[in-house]
Amino acid sequence: MSDSADDIKPVSCTIKPPVYLQIGDTKTDPSHSGVCVVDVTLPFGKPVNIEEITFKNYYTAYVTVRLLRRSPGQEVPAKWSTTLRDLPLMDNPHTEGGSQDYFSIHRTQMQVEPDHVVSVRLILRQPSFAWLTFSLEDIRIFPHMEPDPEKEVSDWLSDLTLVDQHPDLEGLPDPQTVSSSIQQMWALTEVMQTNQTTASIGRFDVDGCYDINLLSLT
Amino acid sequence: MMDDGTELSLTIAQIVQRLKGSHLHSQIERQAKVSKGLLPEIKLESLKEDVQLPPSHPSAPPEHLKEPLAYMRKAQASWEKRVLKSLNSMSTELEVPLARMRPAVEQKELTNKWNEMGTDEPDLSRFRPVYAPKDFLEVLIGLRNPNHDSSEDVSIKSHWGLIQVPLNVRDIPQLRRAYSELNLTSGQLGIDDHAHIHPGIYQKFTYISCTIQDSAAAQQYSRQGCPTGLRADLWALILNSTNQPQDVMHYEQLMAGVIQHDLLVDNLIYKDVKLTASNDDYYFVFEDFLYQVLLCFSRDTAVLEHFKYNSATPPRSYIQGETINLLWTGVIPFHGFSMYVAPLCFLYNEPSKLYSVFREMYIRYFFRLHSISSSPSGIVSLCLQFERLLQTHLPQLFYHLRQIGAQPLRIAFKWMVRGFSGYLSTDQLLLLWDRILGYDSLEVVAVLAAAVFAFRAENLMEVTSLASAEAVLADLSTLKVIPLIQIFLFATAI
Repeated sequence: MSDSADDIKPVSCTIKPPVYLQIGDTKTDPSHSGVCVVDVTLPFGKPVNIEEITFKNYYTAYVTVRLLRRSPGQEVPAKWSTTLRDLPLMDNPHTEGGSQDYFSIHRTQMQVEPDHVVSVRLILRQPSFAWLTFSLEDIRIFPHMEPDPEKEVSDWLSDLTLVDQHPDLEGLPDPQTVSSSIQQMWALTEVMQTNQTTASIGRFDVDGCYDINLLSLT
Repeated sequence: MMDDGTELSLTIAQIVQRLKGSHLHSQIERQAKVSKGLLPEIKLESLKEDVQLPPSHPSAPPEHLKEPLAYMRKAQASWEKRVLKSLNSMSTELEVPLARMRPAVEQKELTNKWNEMGTDEPDLSRFRPVYAPKDFLEVLIGLRNPNHDSSEDVSIKSHWGLIQVPLNVRDIPQLRRAYSELNLTSGQLGIDDHAHIHPGIYQKFTYISCTIQDSAAAQQYSRQGCPTGLRADLWALILNSTNQPQDVMHYEQLMAGVIQHDLLVDNLIYKDVKLTASNDDYYFVFEDFLYQVLLCFSRDTAVLEHFKYNSATPPRSYIQGETINLLWTGVIPFHGFSMYVAPLCFLYNEPSKLYSVFREMYIRYFFRLHSISSSPSGIVSLCLQFERLLQTHLPQLFYHLRQIGAQPLRIAFKWMVRGFSGYLSTDQLLLLWDRILGYDSLEVVAVLAAAVFAFRAENLMEVTSLASAEAVLADLSTLKVIPLIQIFLFATAI
């Protein structure tokens, strides 16, 4: 379940720069309202079913996740819905706890099914005046992988029939080279057969005994 | 079917119960605690839930697990660099190598006088401590979060103290809940039993420490103090420190290491012991023990395991040919380091046992007192908590001291960095350390520091300079710590 991060690659998405909401005239009174919006658009024409959203916090106190979903097929326009409201990332917005931690939001935590998602909007809130800035870093969206039952069975079957591809060959010669040299030897015997002589091969005899140590294969 | 199910669960419960009392349980706990570093506040009672939690986020890199805040990591790294540079320059200046192999003659000599190294009077005049607590304090005062808004117009949250890092520290109402066993109405050992200990209490502790050897119960009960006669066993039980043959052998291996190699830090240890513990009325008798423990400690690479969750990093090898980080923990003793060991000498007289307990205490608690981290038991949090408690509950005193140029932290820091060792009388110190073990946190040290200021508040309001403030707080040896803490936590008007 949690090896999604290992096996599944995050979806390539465009993360727009964060937009900080301002109160009042931005020129004369640049006071932060403590709200920031980060839009993450998924590749055009390829809605995603989201498994998990991971990110690294940087002094954001609460995050709200909104999704723009387009149901497939129908000509209904895409709709925004809030899937997670005010998830606390910091225990206390004024102090350091959780301020630089890594977080994941899994689809099971979401109130609305994150399927056929076209765009994700993250609304960040940091009500404390203690911090100069706040944001989220390294936002990644992981797609939901439907486990394909048939594929699994065939994998299992193919495992049975497949000879082990990486045999433990400690010290032993590589089967490929052995088989090619055997082929050469067979060819040699064929040649020998065609060129048979009547000369006797003889036997290695030393003083009437048959000393196997004197056999040389070279 | 139903009966089988219940019978099975009954059997399981019985097995668990039997296991809990056995040595295997403490071994498992020890293993769990070694790898628990990622969750330093784990309690045995909540171990079941905590084990099910993922220890870390899969994307989190290892340095994030040690210390989540980037600026703290950076500060710790640069502090370490400074200390190492100082050590290296001392080595070059004095022409003493960081490590060398002892010649056979010297080895034999050292083996012979292993038990009386205190009689040795080497020339240590050229050596000076690498750093003192006040140098470390300057580093902590300079800690800044680059994202923290400290502009002038945010004076509402003005903090009068020296620590400018916004860590989350607990205030008195929260501390009252957390330290409820120290309530004014609960009996504390060492105060309410001054005449004699009720026999029932002694029996209870003997049962826990000897019969059932229940580490979690020992920890829970030590929150109200340990009876003097059983303290040694109880602490060893809480810390899961055993004196099995393998521990004795480990200690002897370290001893052999001391005999074979001479490290530069050994001279620093000698110097520190001579300057601090040997001059102390309570601890000078233990001088030899201190050498035996500290010299072995500096070579114990098993301590390096704890660096997994310590924001510090052990220094790498310096010596050509041989990798020195295999021989050296990398812990550089500062002025006063030997005071971590000295009080333990009252409890344990066998060097290998003393060593084992000290090592556990160091890797659980003491290391946090001299490294920069955001942990709630870390020195930064303790300093901040001390200042906040003082500013919130004794604002007039704090303001007055600030006006006369006597920032309270400058006086209290040296107490906290040593865990009050060498400042309190030994019996009081051991009662304080009972609570450190009982609550598995060093917070009580910060609370005591604030309580001492509260106790001497009247005198402190009269002083007009830093020197006289220091004089008022110079002698803490007559203080009774637990009543002070109790009054501060439970009798302060909120």
